[in-house]
Amino acid sequence: MIRDHETLNQLIDTLSRYVRDRLVPLESQVAEEDAIPDAVVEEMREMGLFGLTIPEEYGGLGLTMEEEVLVAMELGKTSPAFRSLIGTNNGIGSAGIVFDGTEEQKQKYLPKYASGELIGSFCLTEPDVGSDSASVKTTAVRDGDHYIINGTKRFITNAPRAGTFTVMARTDSSVKGAKGVSAFIVEAGLEGISLGAKDKKMGQAGSHTCDVIFDNVRVPADSLIGGVEGKGFYTAMKVLDRGRLHISAVSVGVAERLIDDALRFSMERTQFGQPICEHQLIQAMLADSQAETYAGKSMVMEAARKRDRGEPVSTEAACSKLFCTEMVGRVADRAVQIHGGAGYISEYAVERFYRDVRLFRLYEGTSQIQQIVIARNMVKEKQ
Amino acid sequence: MKILVAVKRVVDYNVKVRPKSDGTDVDIANAKMSINPFCEIAVEEAVRLKEKGVATEIVAVSMGPKQSQEQIRTAMALGADRGILVESDDALEPLAVAKCLKAIIANESPDLVIMGKQSIDGDNNQTGQMLGALTSMPQGTFASEVEIADGKAKVTREIDGGLQTVELTLPAIVTTDLRLNEPRYASLPNIMKAKKKPLDTTTPADLGVDTAPRVQTLKVEPPAERQAGIKVADVAELVDKLKNEAKVIS
Repeated sequence: MIRDHETLNQLIDTLSRYVRDRLVPLESQVAEEDAIPDAVVEEMREMGLFGLTIPEEYGGLGLTMEEEVLVAMELGKTSPAFRSLIGTNNGIGSAGIVFDGTEEQKQKYLPKYASGELIGSFCLTEPDVGSDSASVKTTAVRDGDHYIINGTKRFITNAPRAGTFTVMARTDSSVKGAKGVSAFIVEAGLEGISLGAKDKKMGQAGSHTCDVIFDNVRVPADSLIGGVEGKGFYTAMKVLDRGRLHISAVSVGVAERLIDDALRFSMERTQFGQPICEHQLIQAMLADSQAETYAGKSMVMEAARKRDRGEPVSTEAACSKLFCTEMVGRVADRAVQIHGGAGYISEYAVERFYRDVRLFRLYEGTSQIQQIVIARNMVKEKQ
Repeated sequence: MKILVAVKRVVDYNVKVRPKSDGTDVDIANAKMSINPFCEIAVEEAVRLKEKGVATEIVAVSMGPKQSQEQIRTAMALGADRGILVESDDALEPLAVAKCLKAIIANESPDLVIMGKQSIDGDNNQTGQMLGALTSMPQGTFASEVEIADGKAKVTREIDGGLQTVELTLPAIVTTDLRLNEPRYASLPNIMKAKKKPLDTTTPADLGVDTAPRVQTLKVEPPAERQAGIKVADVAELVDKLKNEAKVIS
């Protein structure tokens, strides 16, 4: 936790320089090779980027929500693949233990997540379970001092690098919904765990997802997060507000980057005898993008501060996620439009970002799930 | 071994500066300020010497307004152990800075002083040399390589047309050139730890230094705008123009 302006500025400055001077020049290489160079992974470890949200007593930075979204906005200014690499350790991959883990589990895993020695992945989604996340089919059956886990998890971010999986599995088959689901911390090396082929995605090359298959995997009973059955779904829900604000902030960062690229291009590109930024229809696209990005940024900052004050932000986080991720889609579309034919060519970053940002509207709750959360909260508050 | 590193607060190298409308100075109001890039190289070199076990303590010193603390914190985030700010809102010329450094050296007795060869704002390239003259310490300027052994510093200097290696008896002054090293990015945990490192503040008056300027700035103006070029029809015309108009070939 920083909460002091000078130190926070220094941290954001350093990160901003790292993004601009080191990561941005590597973007096309990462996209082409579908891999982040090992040296960069190591640098990100040394910089402490894997432990942004891990509490200080476990070796992380313990950033407040406001500080975290500022960092996420900086990381948004380059390929989302870089952010994705550190995303799970700072979010869903570690949060189960941060929020609900036993002291022993915290001691064992959090310092390793913070240093990046261990990558944590989060296994909730299944072939038949997505937005309806309480209907998890993967099972964990108690067998003496162990649980035996069976099931398939889908689109698992960072699974090929993961050292641990936070696995949502049904421990009580007689209970249909959320109450029958428990969360486990499962080490990746256990017998019976196998990975599917890397998913071929629309964008975000360099960030990898795949299926994770659990076939009679025996995990020690103390792998149950928090030591109590039936809490898994509620554990998963606790991380959501934070994750939604984080993705909102990344979306704002990417939007700022796209505006920067589009603005530069429009000032250099000449048509009808003048730079196209002088043409009013181009100006309209620039202005709309700027105004919407500013709106998104204001939303994220306000919601983050509210969460830091300890107030509930379920509605605000969902509003931010809905608005910012849809907004960056529109900004990316305009950035391509401003670039004209060049925007359709992969030499220009906007073509890549246009594909990359599509994911933001899908994961950590689709836009439609955000709408449902917002509307349900509205009705509940009026009742 | 103790190393003193001088760091200066300057306008960030990415900022496009413009002269003030009255031509008295450069307008840096609200501009982003950073550690001078050559000073950052100096800090990095000191940190590397500490990591190698050659140095035991690194003291970062800066002169300027109160906000120069930020640059000292940057140096501490990179690995300096403590900091000293000589606080002054005056425009400090190289001679005043060198005199302040001399006073700090008298208090701290460092074995090595590492500083940038020049700052990217004034571009004077004088402070290190003046400090050498004032303290009678040997100096190795424009360093691209520094080796410390047996109470001596072997400094490879970038000079016109090649490299020159000099051997200095410690305590000595080294000024850094661009190729000495590539500074690291401070780690985020170290940025937070830097807040807890000691930072002392003093003033030129406390050090007995007179900072009155010796140089008066008469006018600051932007460089002349480049004239548009012309297209030539063929190589013959180009050669003709180079020979008869530009007179750069004969």
